[in-house]
Amino acid sequence: MFVFKELALSCDVRDLGLIEFDTAYAFQQQCVSGLLKAHNPTIFLCEHPAVITLGRLADESNILVDYKELGRKGVSVKKIDRGGDITLHCPGQLVVYPIIDLSEYGKDLHSYLHQLEDVAINVLSDFCIRGQRSDKNTGVWVKQRKIVSIGIGVKKWITYHGMAINVNTDLNLFSLIRPCGLDVIMTSMADIKGISVNLDRVKERVIYHLSEQFSLRIR
Amino acid sequence: MTKKIVLPELGEGIDKAIIACWHKRVGDHVSEDDDLLEVVTDKATFNVPVGCRGIVQKIFFNQGEEVTIGAALAVIDLTQ
Repeated sequence: MFVFKELALSCDVRDLGLIEFDTAYAFQQQCVSGLLKAHNPTIFLCEHPAVITLGRLADESNILVDYKELGRKGVSVKKIDRGGDITLHCPGQLVVYPIIDLSEYGKDLHSYLHQLEDVAINVLSDFCIRGQRSDKNTGVWVKQRKIVSIGIGVKKWITYHGMAINVNTDLNLFSLIRPCGLDVIMTSMADIKGISVNLDRVKERVIYHLSEQFSLRIR
Repeated sequence: MTKKIVLPELGEGIDKAIIACWHKRVGDHVSEDDDLLEVVTDKATFNVPVGCRGIVQKIFFNQGEEVTIGAALAVIDLTQ
């Protein structure tokens, strides 16, 4: 783990690298508590070992294989406290967890979700990928394929959980689930570009666009 | 003296939420910083704070029920 100190950000940016979902969640909750005590906001960046997460509205029937097969593939399953249905994390996917106080941004959950979509669309644009919103569902799509999934939790207007950007994700793993409970095909930046994408470069652009979107400053 | 805890405004275009879980039960002592329950919209969970000190006197909805913004969720007895 290391801390970006030199980038023009108003909050801590902590790159957790490849980290277990539960460990990253514990870091987030520490920061939620810290922000309640007037600490600075934090942006966590990480990748997770293969894990299926079931949000509060998840339907377990959206897991399309039995648990034995998931075990054989090294994929764990967790019920978690975010909005949304089912998703999957794995190495090559950049997961972004902003811990920020929405009291500073109008106390509007939909607005925050749209802001995360804007950040993702701007990041993709930096790589010449045209991401779009859907009228019906939260997230970001490239044509008819989903590339960014978003689901959040909020406690005293402080956010946790966040968004997952498929960068170099093994898309075959999504055949294990019905992502977000939708009949949707997933894609990744590497899938679209036809070549592996530099994850550090994506992280840099995520930090930049989050700082622009939320007017974050160096502490 | 009592205080009604209502489902607060959660943002533009959000007029309902589903009760995800209760963190407190009837009879529980609560303080200002406690979260009373968690609700969920399509892509977000939101913890509703108690905001006062007292004892949970009534709870009006069960887990899984849909509630509208502004609806009374619970009553806190402030005299305890």
